[in-house]
Amino acid sequence: MTLLFYELRKNKISLLIWTAAISFMLGVCIIIFPEMAGQMSEMENMFAEMGAFTEAFGMDRINFGEFIGYFGVECGNVLGMGGAFFAAVTGVTALATEESHNTAEFLLSHPISRKKIVGLKLLSVIAQIIILNLVVIGFVTLLTAVIIDNPPYKTMFLIYLAYFILQLQVAFICFGISAFVKFNAIGLGIGVGFVFYMTNILSNITKDLKFLKYITPFSYTDSADIITNGHMTYKYVFVGAALAIIGIALAFIKYTKKDIS
Amino acid sequence: MNAIQIKNLTKYYGKSRGIVDLSLNVEKGDFFGFIGPNGAGKSTTIRLLLGLINATDGDADILGFNVKTQTTEILKRVGYLPSDAAFYNGMRVKEILKLSADLRGIDCSTEAESLCRRLDLDINKKVEQLSLGNRKKVGIVCALQHRPELYILDEPTSGLDPLIQHEFYSILQERNQEGATIFLSSHILSEVARYCKNAAIIRDGKLLACDSVSNLSHSDVKRVTLKGVTKALQNENIRDIKTEDNITSFLYSGKPDALIKELSKLHFDDITITDPDLSEVFMHYYKKEGM
Repeated sequence: MTLLFYELRKNKISLLIWTAAISFMLGVCIIIFPEMAGQMSEMENMFAEMGAFTEAFGMDRINFGEFIGYFGVECGNVLGMGGAFFAAVTGVTALATEESHNTAEFLLSHPISRKKIVGLKLLSVIAQIIILNLVVIGFVTLLTAVIIDNPPYKTMFLIYLAYFILQLQVAFICFGISAFVKFNAIGLGIGVGFVFYMTNILSNITKDLKFLKYITPFSYTDSADIITNGHMTYKYVFVGAALAIIGIALAFIKYTKKDIS
Repeated sequence: MNAIQIKNLTKYYGKSRGIVDLSLNVEKGDFFGFIGPNGAGKSTTIRLLLGLINATDGDADILGFNVKTQTTEILKRVGYLPSDAAFYNGMRVKEILKLSADLRGIDCSTEAESLCRRLDLDINKKVEQLSLGNRKKVGIVCALQHRPELYILDEPTSGLDPLIQHEFYSILQERNQEGATIFLSSHILSEVARYCKNAAIIRDGKLLACDSVSNLSHSDVKRVTLKGVTKALQNENIRDIKTEDNITSFLYSGKPDALIKELSKLHFDDITITDPDLSEVFMHYYKKEGM
């Protein structure tokens, strides 16, 4: 467990910054909701005139004037993108930094098997994602309780759960990539997160690209679907889980056999 | 019993050569030098032994454990110093030493304190503030603090000042006398000649020679020094001719009677025939292979 605690200590500043940034942005969104709610009729008219982009962001199916509709879209932008980028960066750097910073030789010359190293680094990634979500959700729940009358907690937690699963999926896929690269992969991680996000928007804009929903984890975090149906679209979750498992399996297979430079 | 047993080990990085069909035994309790210039394959051999890279062919055992299947058992018993030690930025020396001990699951604080004192290492400095020499010292303490059975040291003294080098070798000699095996790679031949019992010479990934340092130095090569010689010597067995003032010196690798016959044709005032030092043996092996 030494390695797990060391990893958490090493990444504490990054975790603190991402947690604070996401909490702050979500907090601002919630604080301004009462003021925004008064202007929603004008905004809804504006959103209705955005054509394909209205569908792309699911704004044709939810009421932006209600807190849960507003929360779903804002949460999608802040927790979705912020959380996905954090998960991607954390996952993609987990194994790669040892080689890019030339510390792999130090670590691997200790009596700890590569399987265990991969396992503990994966645990560290999961732990960081759990910590970030616990703090963010705790903070937002408290703030919502103070500012919003009768918040729809059940739907909110369903949205949180969807984003938590998304973060795990993105992190696991990037963790798999991490075993293959030897350079500073932060840019690569952010790129993967961005591609997933844009893929979902494209698949919402045109029906020809709807198959992309099976690739991007943002498909099952679509708040319009969750609010309308009362659950995530499970077929996308299952495909996402399979991709995540492949990511983890690749990490173990590659890292236990690779030559360390 | 052998501490290190290498059997026909081969490593290619794609198409480029690492080591080729290398076989080598190092006995337990030995102080062994692994000599070769940069790119000869010393680090590749060491990295294969530690399981950091995978062999293309061949096999090796360390302390009776197989390098391919029992790496963790090997690493419990080995102290490794890489040629270019790198550590986690942001950590202090004492934290690195503690992390290294914790990863081994043992308390090395007393030994670490003693080694840091002997090597004059400031444990409160941060990794990014360390000079090359001090980084090397941290690597040395990490490799020595758990008192392993086998020390594998890759270019251990590069960056260390002479006083620390001397202290470092004193520590190694103490450990060797206590029964530990030392395997060090170096291209500093005086170090190997002074401290090692046995040595191997590697070039282009192939083992050229492996013997006791004294036998390597007493090879069939002789350093012949002539004073007052008037005529230049020319013979296929003569190399490395050095002339200064009226003194000519060369390495001779043929039969002694042939040398005497050649010398009888010359006029000279004085002659000395000695065993070459290890650096000359080293050059002999390299030039013999066509360098």
